[in-house]
Amino acid sequence: MSIFDKFLRIRELGIFSIIIIVVITASIIDSRFLTIDSWRAVFLAIPLILVMAMGQMMVIICRHVDISIGSILAFAAITIGFVFIHYPNTSLLMALFITASVGTIMGLVNGIIVTRFNVHSIIVTLGTLSLYRGLVFIVSGGRQIDRNDIPVHIISFSQTSFLFSIPAILILSVIIVLITHLIMRHSVLGREIYATGSNPEAAHLKGINVTKVTLFCFGVCGMLAGVAGLFYASRFGYVNPGVTGVGIEFIVIAGVIIGGTSITGGSGSVLGTFLGILLLGIINVALPVLNIPGEFQKAIYGLIIVLALSLDQLIIFRMKKLGGGANA
Amino acid sequence: MLNKISIYLSENPTLRYWIIRPEWVAVILLIISIIASLQLSPFFADLAFIMDSATPYVEYGLIAIVLTLIIISGEIDLSIASMIALTAVIFGTVYNAGFGMPLSILIGVLSGALCGLFNGILVTKLQIPSIILTIGTLTLYRGIAQALASDFSLGGYPSWFIGIDYRYVGIIPIPVIIFTVFAIVVGFLLSSTIYGKQLYLIGTNPQTAKYSGIKVDKIKLLLFTFSGVISGIAGVLTTSRLAVARFNMATGAELEIVLMVMLGGTYIFGGRGNIFGTFVAFWIVVILRAGFNVARIKIESQLTILGAMLIIAIILTNYIYSKSQK
Repeated sequence: MSIFDKFLRIRELGIFSIIIIVVITASIIDSRFLTIDSWRAVFLAIPLILVMAMGQMMVIICRHVDISIGSILAFAAITIGFVFIHYPNTSLLMALFITASVGTIMGLVNGIIVTRFNVHSIIVTLGTLSLYRGLVFIVSGGRQIDRNDIPVHIISFSQTSFLFSIPAILILSVIIVLITHLIMRHSVLGREIYATGSNPEAAHLKGINVTKVTLFCFGVCGMLAGVAGLFYASRFGYVNPGVTGVGIEFIVIAGVIIGGTSITGGSGSVLGTFLGILLLGIINVALPVLNIPGEFQKAIYGLIIVLALSLDQLIIFRMKKLGGGANA
Repeated sequence: MLNKISIYLSENPTLRYWIIRPEWVAVILLIISIIASLQLSPFFADLAFIMDSATPYVEYGLIAIVLTLIIISGEIDLSIASMIALTAVIFGTVYNAGFGMPLSILIGVLSGALCGLFNGILVTKLQIPSIILTIGTLTLYRGIAQALASDFSLGGYPSWFIGIDYRYVGIIPIPVIIFTVFAIVVGFLLSSTIYGKQLYLIGTNPQTAKYSGIKVDKIKLLLFTFSGVISGIAGVLTTSRLAVARFNMATGAELEIVLMVMLGGTYIFGGRGNIFGTFVAFWIVVILRAGFNVARIKIESQLTILGAMLIIAIILTNYIYSKSQK
């Protein structure tokens, strides 16, 4: 086995080196990129996507994809916005609980349709993507939640915290990432998710309740999208039924896939996903520094998804030639 | 009574095959939606009104016909709506750069073909599952369109080009004629030629198809390119209808296009389905959308109903196939 092949087996290393290359290139072209400000921008941009990516990663490892998360985010955000309008004193914990519950229910609906009727998750969630977005409009009546509707303690949630005034959403998202890592790596449930994704039939024969595991993944994915809805309201200070969360699912999926999660299920890691999202965040901040207009962002993300998918497939071909599977 | 029917049907497989078919769901739905719309407004008895309401959906309908073929062959293409936008933007850019109209149209359609070919190559050569690949190219193509056109509307076309939806033959708008002729031609190819039969075999069992000497990869490559070409034509048609090309044209149209195919009873796992179903489903979507607008339901709220219909259509189709063709 050549060094190249060994290198390929550690997927995180590949994405890490790409991050290094992007950072070095950007800082050579413009030294402003290495300032604290731009890194603050990177780390303020990613919590929202990072949290959603953890859920999406679980779903993709389980051999499904959930493309309705942008609409779930919007629905949770609009719900919590209306709660704030009527009860401005709602505590942060209560708000977290409400958004998480709303998200969980919507995620479970996806999961139930997918498992009960055995239809491909992308088609189901393409339907719920529109269904939930329509619900956002019906619930809100097309009204936007403005900045003065959202209480100060919720806004400050994304600005500062007791710990070196690092924004609290960053701390919370890191905690969520660590918990996801513990679940995926060190719990029976996590191993069952990997087993289900690698081979659902074998997992079933081994006594794993595939339906339950799949439902769990969709539930968590919805829950985290709901929590991201609160992050959105806090970070941007407004919720617009027609704008909030539109197209965010593709950014999340891009991050998860370039993080080395295989779309055919059964492999992927929290560290890889984290690095994937970090790369997207860095690109996002590097674009203006490199004088690339913002209009190119979507094309670049799309290109990244297609490249990552192709690379993933090439690696699988090579693995098959060498014998032995990819590292989980 | 119901019991007797089911026993009778189970004894007559041919009859069962003809009676329990998902297309009938589409036909019944069409009748129901016509009756419901008539209750809503007397305008629905006017054929000219329905024809006029149909023109904006013809672009989607054309693509739905091709998507039916792709889904029958066991693949899917979700990048269609982005290809409409990209080809329209390329067409607009090229025309504004001083190329003549015929050449611009050619370049627009060819760029669609290239997009489709790109999808096809990645699906057949790299064996990336088409459902996830086209999610990627959906973002890519829309992104390229945005990078090309920014937030501008590309306009300035000659007056003979604008407003194809206002040209009629009798009371029938030209786009509807294009759609109907296209549906009949493709329907004939699918049901009555060897190519159609090969498509069903590929969708039912690609391995067997391969060993039977069918060039599976070549046919799939052709299908994806075809999808690109038709998206390109749809892009030019849309530009003619709106008189401008923008990067955010046909946003979310994949929902309606997939809905047309699914309502028409095409089996999501491939190997079953036909053009007649999709053709009927096209009219269901047209009448529903027109009905919603007459009932003054907000466009955004209509999404809820369309989304729910997509899910119900898939579940129903799966159920019917599981009952009729064990």
